[in-house]
Amino acid sequence: MDFLRPTTLDEALAVKAQRPDAVPIAGGTDVMVELNFDHRRPGALLDLTRIGELAEWSSSDGQISLGAGVSYTRLIGELGDVLPGLAMAARTVGSPQIRNRGTVGGNLGAASPAGDTHPVLLATGARVELASVRGRRTLAAEDFYTGVKRNALEPDELITAVHLPIATGGEQFAKIGTRNAMVIAVCSFAIVLRDGHAGAAIGSAAPTPRRVAEAERFLLDELPWDAPAPLADSFKRRFAELVAAAATPIDDVRGSAAYRTHALGVLARRTLTWAWDTYRGSARACA
Amino acid sequence: MRLNVTVNGERRQADDVWEGESLLYVLRERLGLPGSKNACEQGECGSCTVYLDDVPACSCLVAAGQAEGREVRTVEGLAEGEALDPVQQSFVDAGAVQCGFCTPGLVVAAHDLLDRVPDPSDEEIREALAGNLCRCTGYEKILDAVRTAAGAR
Repeated sequence: MDFLRPTTLDEALAVKAQRPDAVPIAGGTDVMVELNFDHRRPGALLDLTRIGELAEWSSSDGQISLGAGVSYTRLIGELGDVLPGLAMAARTVGSPQIRNRGTVGGNLGAASPAGDTHPVLLATGARVELASVRGRRTLAAEDFYTGVKRNALEPDELITAVHLPIATGGEQFAKIGTRNAMVIAVCSFAIVLRDGHAGAAIGSAAPTPRRVAEAERFLLDELPWDAPAPLADSFKRRFAELVAAAATPIDDVRGSAAYRTHALGVLARRTLTWAWDTYRGSARACA
Repeated sequence: MRLNVTVNGERRQADDVWEGESLLYVLRERLGLPGSKNACEQGECGSCTVYLDDVPACSCLVAAGQAEGREVRTVEGLAEGEALDPVQQSFVDAGAVQCGFCTPGLVVAAHDLLDRVPDPSDEEIREALAGNLCRCTGYEKILDAVRTAAGAR
């Protein structure tokens, strides 16, 4: 095995083009588990932790460009105000030690259907930036997840950043697990409400994280955007049904398909209430 | 490969390090520092927690090569000579140690908490120690130890 240690992104992309078998490693919270348990023996490890460009974020035109190598701890501390939904998801990742090392780029690279940040990225309309020696491209998050632990990354590409809008309305993330720390989601849900946008997505309840298009359409068409009033229980229940209907979960060690479907409906109902309350508050503040 | 790393203030070198090896393995098996414990090897238990460039991390999830040129501080590096760090002394005084396997990781995690938050609430202590599993104590004495250490520092 080779250990490759580029210090610039250009160098890393050149290395990845030459060695497409090299497995990128940042926080190591997924890759090292596979190595420790002998589940994987890549030809090379490509260490991304010395590349300064990947560990930066910037803000312009109402968007945050979040470097793939920014840790969850930094994301929570430095961007919690402007990306509240993503920060909520980040706070549920592992433990302090894991959040100190783990990154959104790593979550995307692993592309687990249970990855905590995916529902937020989908619900907010994030774009994933990929780079190779051939150039850069960005993909909508929903086009990035292609199967169970599969993504749209080409063998010579690296995930460099995620672009996502600064929150202007309500954002929520919720997750079911046996305790608050150190749990892989039994299921998870994210919702983002801002003017002209209603995003909602499920995690750990289908082969990939996925948007729930019919439930989003329902919110966009039926929410009282112009005169934001509290929502009737019947409205929330209808939303919960649409979310639950979009799930195609499996039975596994963490929970049954029936439980996941039920729990998603509960998460959808609760988070809609909270996100709508925030949206109403922000709408009042602007009036 | 050869690895150069500063551990507890001392420049150390290890040879014949396998490229897929963890920092934990290097510390325990190559540098003679068995304080950090090897239990789950997947970041679940926190027993291998060390500072990597002043940030607590599970050393089982750090590839050895990622530590090249970096500074590592292990539980062995907390005491000043014979004088235990207040966190260590509080664990002794509170009876927060039973089998002792989780203790090094808990001590490092608590040490970091008190560096960041000198007078933590119980919620903050629980959150800070959420990644460290103890199967003996039921955690109450550990919480006592952290509260005592906060007062002593």
